Order: sequence, then C-alpha cells, then structure tokens
Amino acid sequence: MNKFLLSAGVVAAFALYAFIGQAHTDVSGIQTPIATNANSGTSNNPNASHTVSNAPVDIVYNKTPTKATTPIPAKSRYQKTPPAQTPASTPAPAPVAAAKFKDGTYTGPASDAYFGTVQVQAVVSGGKLSDVNILQYPSDRGTSREISASSLPTLKSEAIQSQSANVDAVSGATQTSQAFIQSLGSALAMAAN
Amino acid sequence: MKETRIIMGMPITMNIPAGDRPLRQAAVKIAEKAFDHFVSVDNRFSTYKYDSEMSRINRGEHAEDEWSDEMKEIIKLCENTKKDTDGYFDIVDRQGKLDPSGIVKGWAIRNAADIIRSAGFGNFLVDAGGDIQAVGKNEDGRPWTVGIRDPFKQDEIVKKVVLDNAAIATSGTYIRGQHIYDPKDKTADITDIVSLTVVGDDIYEADRFATAAFAMGKAGIDLIERLPGLEGYMIDREGIATMTTGFYNYEAP
Repeated sequence: MNKFLLSAGVVAAFALYAFIGQAHTDVSGIQTPIATNANSGTSNNPNASHTVSNAPVDIVYNKTPTKATTPIPAKSRYQKTPPAQTPASTPAPAPVAAAKFKDGTYTGPASDAYFGTVQVQAVVSGGKLSDVNILQYPSDRGTSREISASSLPTLKSEAIQSQSANVDAVSGATQTSQAFIQSLGSALAMAAN
Repeated sequence: MKETRIIMGMPITMNIPAGDRPLRQAAVKIAEKAFDHFVSVDNRFSTYKYDSEMSRINRGEHAEDEWSDEMKEIIKLCENTKKDTDGYFDIVDRQGKLDPSGIVKGWAIRNAADIIRSAGFGNFLVDAGGDIQAVGKNEDGRPWTVGIRDPFKQDEIVKKVVLDNAAIATSGTYIRGQHIYDPKDKTADITDIVSLTVVGDDIYEADRFATAAFAMGKAGIDLIERLPGLEGYMIDREGIATMTTGFYNYEAP
C-alpha cells in the first residue's frame, strides 16, 4: 500500500539530531508482511537470491573522516520528555548507539510556529521510523489568484490544483520549520524506550 | 524495508522493497551503509558543524593542498556547474563563505543509490529532504510515484509524477520560509517564484540545475527547457505553474 509520505527538514544549528535504528536482523517487530515484487520475471529483480551479496560494500567515499561534533539539544516547551539524544554524526564507519523505538503511531503535540500550528505523526514499524505524516500545517494560500498572461508564451501554464493522492514520496523545498522538528521529536520521544 | 532518519537537518528515507527475510536483512544492511554515507557527507560539508572540513576551510584553517579527495571533487563540480549555468549556481554565499549544499545533496543521493545498486538491488528509492532518485519498481511492482508539494498548503500536493528509473529535485522557498538570493545580486531575494521542480534521469543533474534555475526566478524554467534530458515545473507566488514542453511525459495518467 502506497503511503503519502511527507518530508520536511530543519536546518538549524542547534537542533540537529539523528535517530538511528538498530541494524538488527530480528524481524519480529515487523507487523505487516512486505509484498512480494509482482514483476518477478523482470531482469532487474533483487528477489533472485543469487544477486544479493552479503559481502561488505567497499565505500570509497569515506577516506578521511572528520571529527564529529555533538549537537546541542533543542529546547522546547512542548516536549514532555527530552528527545532521545544520539550523536548526530560520528566518523564513519564506527557504529552509533541507537535509540530503540516501539512500533506504533505517535502523534506529536501541536507545535506553535509563529505563522500557525504544526502537528506531526511518526509511524514506527520494525523498530524504525518508517513514515512521517503531517496532520496540521499552516496554510499559506492567498484567498484570490489572478491568472495573468504567462511571461513565457511558448511554455504551457496552469493554475496549480491541490490534491491528496497516494504517492510513494513527496518532493518539495526543504522546510526549515522548527515547529515541525519539535513535533516530530516529541512523537519519537514517545516511541523511544 | 523503509526507514527514515534525520541527517543533514532533513528526513532521509531509504525505501527498498524486499520480498523475503534474507532480502530484508540484506536491505537493512545496505540501507545502514547508505545512511552512513549521508552522515559522513554531513560531517564533511556542513557549514552548521564547527569542525566540518567545510567550516575549517571557511575559517582559513585548512589549506587547499590538504583538502580531502571528496572536498576537491565537490569544489570542482561546483565550479563546473557555475560555468554550466552562467554563474547562476554559485556556492559563495552572502558572507563570502563557501556553502556547497546546493550540490552536495544531489551528489550524496547519487552516491547512496550507487551503494544500494552495488549490493545487487534493482528496486529502491532514496529520498533526501524531497530530492529523490527512484530505481526500478515499488513494493507493488509499479514505477515509483512522487507528488510535488503544494508550496502554499504543505500537507497537499499539486502534481503527481511517475519516476520510471528517474529523479526529481525541487528548489524553493515558502513565502514565510527561507530566503534564497540571486547570486548575481546577492542583496536581492528571489520572490517571484516559490518552487521549481526538475525531473530527469539522474538526481545529481536534477539537483544542481534546480538550484541554479531557482536563482534565476521566472526565467529559470527557460534554462530547464533548454537543457536536454531535463524537464521542469515551476510555481510562481500567484500559484500559477509553468512547465517545460516535455514535462507531460512524467505526469501520472
């Protein structure tokens, strides 16, 4: 089932943290069966076990790791418990102690952005964050729009049409909403043990 | 498997359909390596990290002959892109410091896709803050579908595209959001457009040209129209979208 995945981000010097799920092989936490790829006859099929290699992948990119800094946790009056802090980044390939999340759906508090209310829902499956849903987000739409003559007459223009649809992912400009990360952080704090 | 982590200040998602348990385990392992790459990129290039190689260069603490191979590669790619875009892509920011984030994200996604592909996976999607490389099919056996976010109503989309082994990158600013300036006049904010989406085969190309085209304002869609292999969908502050002549090829039926 496709999910409507909404992505957003914050670039904030003091609110940078990462939640890294355990790279565990125990799949008992997975609650829904994963659909088998229907096109089993295609040549690009990873399901054919002979194409899967357990050999370590040679990562040529991390030749000179730099020293990581520990992020300063963001303060938020909306959080009941402080978010599980793990170092945002460590020099690869050293493993990082992971926060453990309990499966379920966690709704963060409605967080106050100066332009409205933001509320985020975190879905944890198999102990990892698998979906982020936006429940509330301030609407920035003007009440009227005029269709003006396009300044590029050779290219087609149209009024945009808002829709909700089943898609695998969403592409949009990276959001810099602190309220979004606060709400998400609170949701994940509920999921963390 | 599907997992999202917050790295580089944004949600980064690995979506690797896997039909059986050994495959799922392999997918989890390779996703871990792909996430690690983003962490490494963040450590090296983030201007928000005091100790990153980029920050040290910007403080004059790191001589060019000591730069890492990755840093040299990125700086070279940035210089090429600046030439390719007549100066509209420029990593020198308003304070005169280097900020390669407009190119690093697409580059890192491409590297992550290479990591996953090298492990033998032919079906996956890598999403870093809404810039996406899609490969093969989703878990329903169909090409990946991606929505273009409504810049005015961020819990909705305005367009649905099908990415059949293709990539999408969106540059933009929400009206009350971040400011993006014109590199040719660094005091001026771009305000006439709010979102510019580029689709094509490769995320690195889509990303760097989305960044440059956005800096051109309403003329940005012309840049994408002129570039072979890339299509674009630009939204102005009035909610009017302009698209390149081949964009319809990506629209979901």
